[in-house]
Amino acid sequence: MKLNTEPNIAQPDDFYQELIDLHRDLSEEQSRQVNARLILLLANHIGDMEVLRAAMQAAAEES
Amino acid sequence: MLKTFDYPKFDHRPSADQQSGEVRRHPVIVVGAGPVGLTAAIDLAIKGVAVVLLDDDKTVSVGSRAVCYAKRALEIWDRLGCATPMVDKGVIWKTGKVFRGDREIYRFDLLPEDGHKMPAFVNLQQYYLEEYLVRRAEEVGVEIRWREKVTGVDTAGNHVRLPIETPTGVYALEADWLIAADGARSCIRRALGLDFMGQAFNDRFLIADVVMRADFPPERWFWFDPPFHRRQSTLLHMQADNVWRIDFQLGPDADPDEEKRPERVIPRLKAMLGADTEFELEWVSVYTFQCRRLEKFRHGRVLFAGDAAHQVSPFGARGANSGVQDADNLVWKLKAVLDGTAPEALLDSYDAERVQAARENLLNSTRSTDFITPKSAVSQAFRDAVLDLAENHPFARRLVNSGRLSVPAVYADSPLNTKDEDDFAGTMPPGSPCADAPIARNGRPGWLLSLLGSGFTLLCFGDAPEPLKVGAVAVDLLTAGRDFEDVEGLVAQRYDGRPGTVYLVRPDQHVAARWRAFDEAKVRAAVNRALARRGRRR
Ligand SMILES: Cc1cc2nc3c(=O)[nH]c(=O)nc-3n(C[C@H](O)[C@H](O)[C@H](O)COP(=O)(O)OP(=O)(O)OC[C@H]3O[C@@H](n4cnc5c(N)ncnc54)[C@H](O)[C@@H]3O)c2cc1C
Repeated sequence: MKLNTEPNIAQPDDFYQELIDLHRDLSEEQSRQVNARLILLLANHIGDMEVLRAAMQAAAEES
Repeated sequence: MLKTFDYPKFDHRPSADQQSGEVRRHPVIVVGAGPVGLTAAIDLAIKGVAVVLLDDDKTVSVGSRAVCYAKRALEIWDRLGCATPMVDKGVIWKTGKVFRGDREIYRFDLLPEDGHKMPAFVNLQQYYLEEYLVRRAEEVGVEIRWREKVTGVDTAGNHVRLPIETPTGVYALEADWLIAADGARSCIRRALGLDFMGQAFNDRFLIADVVMRADFPPERWFWFDPPFHRRQSTLLHMQADNVWRIDFQLGPDADPDEEKRPERVIPRLKAMLGADTEFELEWVSVYTFQCRRLEKFRHGRVLFAGDAAHQVSPFGARGANSGVQDADNLVWKLKAVLDGTAPEALLDSYDAERVQAARENLLNSTRSTDFITPKSAVSQAFRDAVLDLAENHPFARRLVNSGRLSVPAVYADSPLNTKDEDDFAGTMPPGSPCADAPIARNGRPGWLLSLLGSGFTLLCFGDAPEPLKVGAVAVDLLTAGRDFEDVEGLVAQRYDGRPGTVYLVRPDQHVAARWRAFDEAKVRAAVNRALARRGRRR
């Protein structure tokens, strides 16, 4: 499988708001923890190492 | 020194070599009577090689070092006739529990498969292990020279020359081949100026061995961030004589001398074990560790093995367990070279096979270390996230890494293997160590591995071929139904042994080749290949 970077979320604005809301009232440290858990949960759901690698690379390339 | 163990005291007796005033030559000298050097020397002696073993100490391993020995190491020691006392004296365990804070978040079972002579793991103090090995070495005629310190090495010429210091003066020896099993600080490695590549970790760990009557089960308990030792990790493991190993992570800034003081250690232990638990301190030490290896294990006539060749963190119990597999891999090859039945190039396969195994061990051990002692804020965050999720989400338990326990090396890419050309099910491709299984011989119960001799063996299912000699190398036949009964059918099952199937097994009990039907020419070619005899036809 290939990493899908085309639009794939039906309601992108809803998703984005929920992601930001998730972190409301959290300290930086708590946010970091939530993000780490989130990445792990999503990564396991994807499972495919090729996709995961492509996503990690795409994320790193932007910095 | 210890309450539960009396250290044997070995004397220095000046050898005839030393007294002669000449520099004498031996076929093989082993330096270092640790688990690895002892194992190599025993194997050599059993194979009929006169072997001298030099050690600078006067007793076995002092204090607290290795605890867990894995099935493959035990099988090797069983082949050498010394596993029984280890298993009898040691503690057999199967369950590991992982705690975070005061809660158990996950447990694992080693799930030992039935039908193997040796258990998955045995816990035993290293001094007992070495005591049994020394006893066996003496039985089989290894000449151990205690309190003889090798101070250098000269590799000019077609042999090795060693200067040696003893309590009664200095002398020198020569060897055709040298096995350097002189441990992590190997003087031979230094004398040859070889780079020990890798990483040192600065986290300190405190070992406390305590004698305890408490009712802890024989399990491996690992805590992340326990209430009695916040933000660090702790490991509890049972050993023989009711001695428990407790390993506290101290962090990088701890002062080792301060931490070792009983006034510091005892309150820690009380917090952990409960104020009412009675215990006595047996041993306390502070250690750091390294993950390093030599780039090559063979340097001409010098062959490095064990900690002298590679060093790993203790998580995963991969130190002695892998060193013993070095010895197992090396000795039959050296014997074949000494006998002239294989070219010296065979020893390069020791390097290829065991460097690969060391790489794997180092990778596992470095990964465990990074999980247990995260090196950055983000690494800490992911580690904590894994632990947060592990209690309720099974996937995260697979990410918890408190040490990936030693598994036997499979030499999958070895140049000595003959590639499969037939289809096989199961887990025994060329390069794998042979699986054990219960058998009966002459009506008496026994084990398959005990029937594999010290040379090459053809393990046959179905009709036995004629006995075979490849050049001067005899290939033993071991045929199911004729030489042994496959009483539970587990041999056929584990080897996918349909009638006609033939396995060529190396002297170290690793599979060299296998076929669905016996073909003499193919067996000959495979034996030649397994001995690195290129271009031989016979
Ligand atoms: C805290 C701790 C826990 C561990 N737990 C485990 C475990 O559970 N399982 C496991 O498999 N491993 C474990 N290990 C690793 C294990 O102890 C080592 O891997 C093992 O001892 C290596 O054996 P060796 O024979 O290569 O070297 P060593 O045991 O170090 O033996 C080397 C020998 O060479 C001798 N020597 C050194 N220099 C000279 C010289 N110049 N001349 C003559 N003789 C010399 C020394 O006196 C010594 O006897 C642990 C280690 C530590 C520190």
